[in-house]
Amino acid sequence: MIDLSLLPDGGVGWLDASGENSDIVISTRVRLARNLEGYAFSGRARDGERLRVLAQVREAMSDIRQLDEGVLFRVDELLPEDRLLLHERHLVSRELAGLDMQRPVRSGAAVYLTRGTSIMVNEEDHLRLQSLQSGFQVADAFSIVEALDADLGERVPYAFHEEFGFLTACPTNVGTGLRASVLIHLPGLVLTKEIAKVLAGLQQVGLTYRGLYGEGSEVVGNFFQISNQTTLGRSEGELLDYLVRVVTHVIEREEEARKVLLRDAGYIIEDKLWRAYGTLRYARSLSFDEVMSYLSSVRLAVGLKLITDLSVYTLNKLLIFSQSAHLVYAEGRQLTESEANLARARFVRGMLANDTGSTQ
Amino acid sequence: MVCDVCKEADAVVQLTEIEGTGVRLLHLCEKCAAERGVETTLAAAKPDVSNFLQSVHQQMQATQGDAARCTFCSSTFRDFRTTGRLGCAHCYEAFEKSMRDLLRRVHGNSRHIGRRYEPPSSGAMPDAGTLNELRDRLARAIQSEQFELAADLRDRLRGLE
Repeated sequence: MIDLSLLPDGGVGWLDASGENSDIVISTRVRLARNLEGYAFSGRARDGERLRVLAQVREAMSDIRQLDEGVLFRVDELLPEDRLLLHERHLVSRELAGLDMQRPVRSGAAVYLTRGTSIMVNEEDHLRLQSLQSGFQVADAFSIVEALDADLGERVPYAFHEEFGFLTACPTNVGTGLRASVLIHLPGLVLTKEIAKVLAGLQQVGLTYRGLYGEGSEVVGNFFQISNQTTLGRSEGELLDYLVRVVTHVIEREEEARKVLLRDAGYIIEDKLWRAYGTLRYARSLSFDEVMSYLSSVRLAVGLKLITDLSVYTLNKLLIFSQSAHLVYAEGRQLTESEANLARARFVRGMLANDTGSTQ
Repeated sequence: MVCDVCKEADAVVQLTEIEGTGVRLLHLCEKCAAERGVETTLAAAKPDVSNFLQSVHQQMQATQGDAARCTFCSSTFRDFRTTGRLGCAHCYEAFEKSMRDLLRRVHGNSRHIGRRYEPPSSGAMPDAGTLNELRDRLARAIQSEQFELAADLRDRLRGLE
C-alpha cells in the first residue's frame, strides 16, 4: 500500500482552514496546463513517448529548489485502491488515476507532490502544474504555480503558438492554460432557493461550476467548484481578478441568505442542523452521501455559530477521510459496503468526540 | 469579408444551409447570424462537453473536411471531432482555420494575450529527441496508413542515422 506519510503535509495541508473565508470556501486550486514540444499529446502518444516525457520532466525538476522535499509517485505502477486514495485526497484527477473503465491508467502517468503543490505528468496534457491552498487564496495559489512554471519552462521546451498561446489537448484550455477554481459551500443559497439564479449568472459571465471532484462530478453536500470557463483572449491577471470579484460577490450572497434563513425560519433551521449533528455524533452506520449531507448542515451550524466547540478543520478532515478508499487505508483491509458504513460511522463519532472532548 | 445578407457588417461566422438537395455557404455578421439562431457571443460558451462537441461539429461543416490530417501525429480532424481532443501541438496548425473559428466560438476570442513564452535554446533538446520523435511519427504514419508520409519520414531517419 502507498505510503502517504512521505508527503511533507500528508497532502492535506489545504484542509487546515487557515485561509480567508474558510468557513465558506474550503480551498482554492490554480492549475496551468502545459505540453512539451516534440511529442504527441498524452492521449495520442505511444508508451515510449510518455515515458520519455516523464524522464525529461524528472530531470528538469531535479534542480528546481521549490521541488526539493517532495515525492514522485508513478501512478501507473500503483494499485487501483491507491490511485483512488490519491484521487479522494484531491491530489490527482480522475483521468490521471485511470478510474474510468474506458480510460485505464496510462503508462508514464505520474504525480509529483510537495507542500500544497503538485505536478501531474501525462494527464490529458503532459504537465498539469497545480497549487491547492486552504480557503479563498487565489493570488497566493497562482504565484506558486507561476514561479514553478517559469522554472520548468526554462528547462523543457513548452508547445507555444504565437497566436493561440500555450497549446493543450483540449481547445477549452488553450491560451493561458489557466484554470482557477474555488471549492465553496453554499447551503444558504440552496435552502433559500437562490442557487439556480446564482449559477445561471455564473455562466453568463464566463465562469462555470462543477461538483466536489471537478469535471463531470455531481454536486453533493452543497459543495460547488466555481472556475473560469474561458482561458484564451484574456490575461492571467484578468481571469483571476474576474473570478475573485465574482466569488466575493457569491460569498456575500451566501452570507445574506444565511441571515435571511435565521431571521425567517430560525427554529426550523436550528432544529434541522442540530438533528444532523446528532446523527453524525451517534449514528452506527453511515453512507458517504449521508455524511456529506449531514456535514453540510453541521458546517452551516458552525458558520452560524450555533455550534461553537467544533473546528472547521475537523469538518474538512471528515469530508476527505470518510471516503471509501480512506476507510480501507485506515482499516488496512478491503471492506464490503456495509462494513464501510460501520467503519465510517465509527470514524465520524471518534473525530467529533475528540474535537468536543465528550463521549462517543 | 462582408456579411452576405446585410452587405454591411464584417462576417464573423460561416453557416452551411441545406436547401432541398443543394448546399449553400453563407458568411454572416453577428446580427444576421443571431437572426438565424446562430450564437456568436462569449455568453454562448456552455460548460458541458456535448455543447462543446456540437460547436466543433458545426465549425467543421463550415470550414474543413473530416479528412484533413496532421503530418506530425497522423490524427485527422475526424478524430478530433470524435474525441474532442487534439493529437499534438502541430494539429493546431494542420487545422488552423477550423481551430481559429472554433476558439472564437468557445472563448469569444482566438488571440492569446496572456504570458508570452520563449523556449530554452535548442541545447536543451538532445539529438536523441529528434530521432525518437521521427521514429514515433513513422510508427503512427504506418498505423494510420499514411504511406507517402511514412516513406518521407523513413528517408529523414536514414539521413540522420
